Amino acid sequence: MNLTYSAEEQAFRREVRGFLATSLPDDIRERVRLGRRLSADDHLRWQTILGERGWLAANWPEEHGGPGWGPVQRHIFDEECAAAHAPTVVPFGVNMVAPVIMTFGSEAQQRHYLPRILANRDWWCQGYSEPGAGSDLASLKTRAVRDGDHYVVTGQKTWTTLGQHANMMFCLVRTDPDARKQAGISFLLIDMASPGITVRPIITLEGAHEVNEVFLDEVRVPVANRIGEEGQGWTCAKFLLTHERTGIAGLGHAKQALRHLKSLATRVQHRGRPLLELASFRQRVVKAELELMALEVTNLRVIAAARDGGAPGAESSLLKVRGSELRQELSDLTRRALGPAALPFFPDFLHGDGELDDPALAESASSAAQYFNRRKLSIYGGANEIQKSIVAKTILGM
Amino acid sequence: MDFSLTDEQRMLADTLERLIADRVAPEQRRALLEAPAGERSALWQTFAELGLLHMPFAEQVGGLGGDGTDLMLIMQALGRGLVPEAYLAGLVLPGDLLARLGDAGQRKRWLAPLLEGEHQLALAWQEGDARYDAHGIATTACREGDGWRLDGDKQLVLNAASAIALLVTARLDDGRLGLFVVPADAAGLSRRDYRTIDDQSASNLALEAVSLSADACLSADAANALDATLALGRAALCAEAVGTMEVACEQTLDYLKERQQFGTPLSRFQSLQHRMVDMHLHLEQARSMAILAATSLDRPAAERDYRLAAAKAYCGEAARFVAEQAIQLHGGMGMTDECHVSHYAKHLVMFDHYLGDCDHHLEHVSDQLETAA
Repeated sequence: MNLTYSAEEQAFRREVRGFLATSLPDDIRERVRLGRRLSADDHLRWQTILGERGWLAANWPEEHGGPGWGPVQRHIFDEECAAAHAPTVVPFGVNMVAPVIMTFGSEAQQRHYLPRILANRDWWCQGYSEPGAGSDLASLKTRAVRDGDHYVVTGQKTWTTLGQHANMMFCLVRTDPDARKQAGISFLLIDMASPGITVRPIITLEGAHEVNEVFLDEVRVPVANRIGEEGQGWTCAKFLLTHERTGIAGLGHAKQALRHLKSLATRVQHRGRPLLELASFRQRVVKAELELMALEVTNLRVIAAARDGGAPGAESSLLKVRGSELRQELSDLTRRALGPAALPFFPDFLHGDGELDDPALAESASSAAQYFNRRKLSIYGGANEIQKSIVAKTILGM
Repeated sequence: MDFSLTDEQRMLADTLERLIADRVAPEQRRALLEAPAGERSALWQTFAELGLLHMPFAEQVGGLGGDGTDLMLIMQALGRGLVPEAYLAGLVLPGDLLARLGDAGQRKRWLAPLLEGEHQLALAWQEGDARYDAHGIATTACREGDGWRLDGDKQLVLNAASAIALLVTARLDDGRLGLFVVPADAAGLSRRDYRTIDDQSASNLALEAVSLSADACLSADAANALDATLALGRAALCAEAVGTMEVACEQTLDYLKERQQFGTPLSRFQSLQHRMVDMHLHLEQARSMAILAATSLDRPAAERDYRLAAAKAYCGEAARFVAEQAIQLHGGMGMTDECHVSHYAKHLVMFDHYLGDCDHHLEHVSDQLETAA
């Protein structure tokens, strides 16, 4: 056994680090560092820079215009991006719908959509959850009724992340109301400019507009926009949920958060000494340190297995549970480290373009909001309770 | 030993419960939050009429002589409604210090109208570098002629924007802690107002050569009184958190019973049942700590502060557990501004940031572990 990175991998890390140092715009880096919301334009600017370097579609094979990286390189890339305060690539197009189109889409669909994703011409959003179908996704009710060359889609989707910017949505719809729950579902690509679509913001508890409700009222969608066969939608959805989820632990983000926490708790004073010397606080930081060390190796084990051809299955559920718990713990400790300074709330600064003339207030402005925002990590993409049920069933055979 | 309430206390609790259900429903609460600072609300007027503003003060200073239990009942009710009135920050804390330290003239000028609901005050005890330590402050008070001159910065002064005057702690030349009444319009005093993430009105203050007359000094040795008042504040906050936790637990239980997934209510899943039981356990243990805190205020200072530190630390952990589980068990709904439980959760998490967090108070308990009775 050998846990060190190869010389090539270390060289790759230096290359990524150098690129981030020179190519990531300072204003975007600063917004990410301070935990401020990025505009659609900020995301697009950064993704265009990545695209020009050929690094936007990190998960894609070379034949479709990806860099041809293996899981280890992707992991290094994610880690360096988080450390450099680079924005996370909006995943819905490049990391979510694209692999589905590559696997289940027709040649015509691949030729049309994949280059557009690579060129940042489409902004995709996800139409999965519904008000009555969250953890129990397969109980979704949005109906698609065939009418000649179209489906007529009526229903409601929710928790649609960044749907306010999207021009395309991939959507799970029920095409056969009489079939068994999962069997009647199809996977449709819907133009958000279609008549009958209304997007309404959902404001989350920290005051952000990140997610939306999408109402579909007799929206006409060409049958040609269906991916795979009618009734095969659940297969596409499951593929997407199990496909390449080695990044799910959010390890790069956790590492960056822990670095920041240690630095903060060294600077913050408690009775004339660094807060990090306070026993009860220090003990929790130490525990987080150990958890991160273990998670990093667990993550590398899954990555190495993926590199050697094993598809990560239920292991990604373990990574998601521990990774989300760790990141939530780190956001809790960061908020606590700031003490009273975590209380002031400046929504115009965090969520808009409002400026703060006091640098100290700006530095601490996002900690509580981030803590509340991070509660989503254990809820979305299959709540942690669901992930544990998957592990119980799939790994433990319970 | 007796955990029962008196008839008067039961009446007080019932009255408050009805008042808050009638007047501070979630939509009404939003309207109250948007009201401009400094305007006396109709709700505050009702508090005055019900005697709530007199309740926590001794009869000798014009109060009704309520004890820790009375204050606990009031705070618990306010916590249940997330009532956006500065009962603690604008009335109880500054009023308690005036009652302890003020002379007859100072009480007549500042305390009597406070109890009548004619004005509100604020207490500026906290500073950036001192974190939660009320004594390690850098603001100074120097003699200037017959009066005083104050210089320094104060952080997170709750209710300052609505206060007619601020009670400000400052270090004297002899090293002792002084307490001063600074009128809100004093020259050299500037405020930066903001809201906290859990919707409290707060301000950072800068005092630059603020000149005060001799009668602005409430005490040139206020350390012990300040400790007693902050202990009272901690007991009040624990009680308030218990009220907020009660509602967070109730709303979560209702949601688990009502929300259907996989063809059955969430409340049928054993793992969620156990989680709900854990929330209930945290609530009941925190309630016990809040009772201990409320009934320890008249104990000798060392014993009082030991118990209050334990209660505040315990309730801080419990409040965070209840808040996090309330959000988690509500799923995505718990993340939304629209869902009431998210506001309860925010207040419960941020509870730890007021009057000292778990680490601050655990250190006190840890330091006193061997000597405490």
